[in-house]
Amino acid sequence: MEDVQKQSKARKTIKASKLSEKKKDMISGYLYVAPFFIVFGIIGLYPALFSIVLAFNEWNGLGDMQFVGLSNFTVVLQDPLFWKSLYNTVIIGLMGTAPQLIVGIVLAYFLNLAVIRFTNFFRVTIFMPYITSMVAVALVFGVFFSSNETALANYVIGLFGVDPVSWKTSEWGAKIAIALMVFWRWVGYNTIIYLAGLQSISKDLYEAATIDGANKLEQFIYITIPLLKPFIILTVFMSTVGALQLFAEPTVFLGSSAFSRDEAMTVVMYLYRDAFNLGSFGTASATAVLLLIIIIGAAAINTWLTSGIGSKKKRGV
Amino acid sequence: MKQKRKNQSKAGTLPIYLILIFTSLFSLFPFYWMFVMATQPSAAYNSIPPTLLPGGKLVENFQKVLDTIPFFQAMWNTVLLCTVVTAAVLLISSLAGFAFAKFQFPGKNFLFILILLTMVIPPQLGLIPQYYLVSQLGWLDTLMGAGILFLLNPLGIFLMRQYISESVPDELMEAAKLDGCSNFRIYWSIVLPIIKPAFATLGIIVFTLVWGEFLWQFTVLRDPSSYTLQVALASLNNAFRVDFGMLLSGVFWATVPLIIIFLIFNKWFISSITEGSVK
Repeated sequence: MEDVQKQSKARKTIKASKLSEKKKDMISGYLYVAPFFIVFGIIGLYPALFSIVLAFNEWNGLGDMQFVGLSNFTVVLQDPLFWKSLYNTVIIGLMGTAPQLIVGIVLAYFLNLAVIRFTNFFRVTIFMPYITSMVAVALVFGVFFSSNETALANYVIGLFGVDPVSWKTSEWGAKIAIALMVFWRWVGYNTIIYLAGLQSISKDLYEAATIDGANKLEQFIYITIPLLKPFIILTVFMSTVGALQLFAEPTVFLGSSAFSRDEAMTVVMYLYRDAFNLGSFGTASATAVLLLIIIIGAAAINTWLTSGIGSKKKRGV
Repeated sequence: MKQKRKNQSKAGTLPIYLILIFTSLFSLFPFYWMFVMATQPSAAYNSIPPTLLPGGKLVENFQKVLDTIPFFQAMWNTVLLCTVVTAAVLLISSLAGFAFAKFQFPGKNFLFILILLTMVIPPQLGLIPQYYLVSQLGWLDTLMGAGILFLLNPLGIFLMRQYISESVPDELMEAAKLDGCSNFRIYWSIVLPIIKPAFATLGIIVFTLVWGEFLWQFTVLRDPSSYTLQVALASLNNAFRVDFGMLLSGVFWATVPLIIIFLIFNKWFISSITEGSVK
């Protein structure tokens, strides 16, 4: 009798300790995610919400805020410079990222061929631009594309019989130079991601296709591209978001004239100028909210478009 | 027959090699040219045909950089900033990743989705309030102000959660608990040693991110003594008449340490990209 009592008592304590174990785990769980969410609250959520509130107020950082309804948005949307900066951002983004993704796929395809040797050397050299900072790239390209007639870039295009360009002050010169530095810095990064994707595709598929008489180009279009789709979606998404946030390259490239000329002003530069050069936090916040909407919209559309790649191909087969 | 096929495939690879070599040269040329310009007087820039061989002004140009910006101070600021931020992010991410991987608690899924959403918010959205917050704290022109923004790194939690749930067996945790280990003790003595490779991956990602970031550092660091390398280098380009030799000398000496570290650890760097983005 006593034994039984003892046993059930022991069981109870085990149960109790198990329960408290569960509770302990729960407390630990909350405790361990707390630092992240404290940081998130202070520098993530609070500023984001504050920005949205600011977009509907007039404020210069001092004094009281004044609610102005949608007028900040009207001011921004009626400013030709905002539209110019959006246009610049989209054009530079397209020129800088679209070729990069295509070239990245082709390079990755070459580096993944079994017959190609020294792949590690090529991988390292092609990836190397990525480790330089955006500022360093912009400065080096800034000298390469200097506005002097003797700029190295002008010498190079001169070899093809093209007249010298004033790279920092002409509409297309500035855009091309900035797009090229974006391309140069990121093409290796994307190649590495595609290469990881290619290495996950089974070799058997290619062998089967060879037996069925598909040539290399057909294999590339009907096997490689569809199976690479998740990786393409990822890079398109990241490139879209990154391109719309372009700031460092044009700002550093143009140097002292960055905020006074409009050939390469991007949306983030426009926002920065409003906030920190003109002291208009309200309109700058409105621009930030507009930028958020643009980024979400563009990322959604581009992701949706790229998701279509494989399905079209399937119908073709 | 076999021989013939082999020859064919070898001949077919020549254009591919040419393309790869061209791409490599395209990738390397700016590095080489930066070095050349860093060793030439500014006038060399105007010569036709262009100067493509190094000259003798390596030290002189760098001396000019030192006279213009607090280069070593900026280098030290950058290294300090990157190291402290990286250590903090590793701690925050591994703790939260551990909790998401191994503990059950109400609201866990909701919190995880919240982190997902955090990744979609562009950093510029909160720029003005963040600047205001830092200025109210009196942290403008300080490394505290420059660093606080980078503590928010949702990608780190993803990586850590993934790695911990894959590589830390539940049995090991149960056994440790039976031995009377507290949860923190398990984290410290069992989880941390196992996730060292994930630390290397995330560490490289965070370190290079902070090293190269510009917008935020440019916004909060206005006093030259607080400059990080990126802000200091950018300021070299703001003079009315820029001395190209000096400018690229600054860029060169700021890039050399990175290149050396990259060449030694290139495998880690490259795998950090695929692990950081593909998983």
